[in-house]
Amino acid sequence: MATPAIEFRDVSLRYRLLAERGIVTLKEWVIRRLTTGMTYQELSALADVSFAVESGRTLGIIGHNGAGKSTLLRIAGGILAPTAGEAIIRGRIAPIIELGLGFEGELSGRENIFFNGALLGRSRNEMQERFDEIVDFSELGEFIEQPIRTYSTGMVARLAFAIATTVDAHILLLDEVLSVGDEQFRRKSKERIDSFRRAGVTILVVSHDLDAVEKMCDDAMWLEHGVIRRSGLAKEVVKAYRTSMDPGQAEPGVGGTVRLAGP
Amino acid sequence: MSTFELPVLRNAATQTLNPIRDIRDLLQYWNLIANLVQRDLTVRYKRSVFGFLWTMLNPLLLMIILTVVFSSVFRFEGIEHYPTYFLSEYLVFGFFAQTTVQSMTTLAWHGSLMKRVRVPKSIFAVATTLSGLANLCLAYIPLFLIMAFTGSPIGWAVLFLPVAFLIIAAFTLGVSLMLSALAVYFQDVSHMYQVATVGLMYMTPIIYPISIVPYKWLWLIRINPLTHLFKLARDPIYQCSLPGLHVVGASVASAAVALVVGWVVFHRLARGFYLHL
Repeated sequence: MATPAIEFRDVSLRYRLLAERGIVTLKEWVIRRLTTGMTYQELSALADVSFAVESGRTLGIIGHNGAGKSTLLRIAGGILAPTAGEAIIRGRIAPIIELGLGFEGELSGRENIFFNGALLGRSRNEMQERFDEIVDFSELGEFIEQPIRTYSTGMVARLAFAIATTVDAHILLLDEVLSVGDEQFRRKSKERIDSFRRAGVTILVVSHDLDAVEKMCDDAMWLEHGVIRRSGLAKEVVKAYRTSMDPGQAEPGVGGTVRLAGP
Repeated sequence: MSTFELPVLRNAATQTLNPIRDIRDLLQYWNLIANLVQRDLTVRYKRSVFGFLWTMLNPLLLMIILTVVFSSVFRFEGIEHYPTYFLSEYLVFGFFAQTTVQSMTTLAWHGSLMKRVRVPKSIFAVATTLSGLANLCLAYIPLFLIMAFTGSPIGWAVLFLPVAFLIIAAFTLGVSLMLSALAVYFQDVSHMYQVATVGLMYMTPIIYPISIVPYKWLWLIRINPLTHLFKLARDPIYQCSLPGLHVVGASVASAAVALVVGWVVFHRLARGFYLHL
């Protein structure tokens, strides 16, 4: 079997929070250090999570709020570093975690495209080459030269999505962003994600939309309190998750001894 | 899928200190650095017509005030061309102080960004230092004007200035890295440091000649790395000569120490940024 595109090996993200809130100055810190000492509270967002995604597969991550889904995605994108274990990502990543980063209202759509591209680590040449394609997909036309403070919310979202997805990538990280724009644009963006799948791009997607996960993912992983509750084929995992949410069933969260918290 | 080598991101808990990896990472994000610097400069110069003029006017006006004060109120004996003496160091001090202070606000300001996209975190200190450097070069235009006006000689030694700037910038970057990382954890660092810069300015022979310092305090001036670093910029302009080897040696050594210490501290503290920003 080929080396997986995404590999998590016993990844944990735990952190200590000061039990006494509000130590924000160096002075207080020094005084506390010298006198009473500090007590910390251990929190865990992810605990010993291991999995692998083969190249070209799509893995959906489901679970309740605070289960560690976004944390996992951010570790995969290299935004957060784990406190134990390691995540290895082989290939060029296109993170579609937060759209429109660094957008500046006063600057034109054109200028924002280049700055946003730079934030995503792309070169000026690459942005230049893809510029027309981005404008095309975002359906902004003439507006691209206007400052984006004059845009509607939908226009901003379309531009952001177009920049994020107009890229040659091996790995796509998706965080609940398919709900931008109007119905027509949503269909268009779904089509684009599908074309990535057909091209053999590996996709990691976090979503609350169980139908969408069932439809577009090969596999799924159910996270609860930072641990993997179940993983396998998307259909089966989603089914198990649905059953657990049924009021007639056992209360979800049994077995989760780890305290949850999202950063 | 493809046979060529794929970029591999290894996001591990135990990240060893690896300067080569960090530098390669920064180079990969060169386009972002260029964008940040460009943004910085446009905000400063393009938005207001007077923006560019102000960097020119600022030292000019300051110079007039200081010339009046120091040539008629307090007088330092034996300093010819006082404006050149003062400005040749004051400009680099301004670069150092502004860059270090600004690096703290820039890092905090981009905090939300760092939680959402993967960028090398030291990129903000690097960009701030580079745009400070651009401003410094521009500020030398009025200095040369003043020198021409006051009849201060200009020699070939000015060609050493780029080297001097580079060494000073390396030192500044090291201090910026350390301070900006600390300021993420503790809000009062920035306030304390702003007061400290005033102290630093008087601990360095910028407005006064080193000859007026009483013997018992001389050691304090001597151990201050800024004394040597700023002399790198003063000698080529004011003395029309290259700085002595011991000055260059002391400066390069302090720049190297500042860079290494700053980078290590930054590296250590950066892992916890997301909890504080």
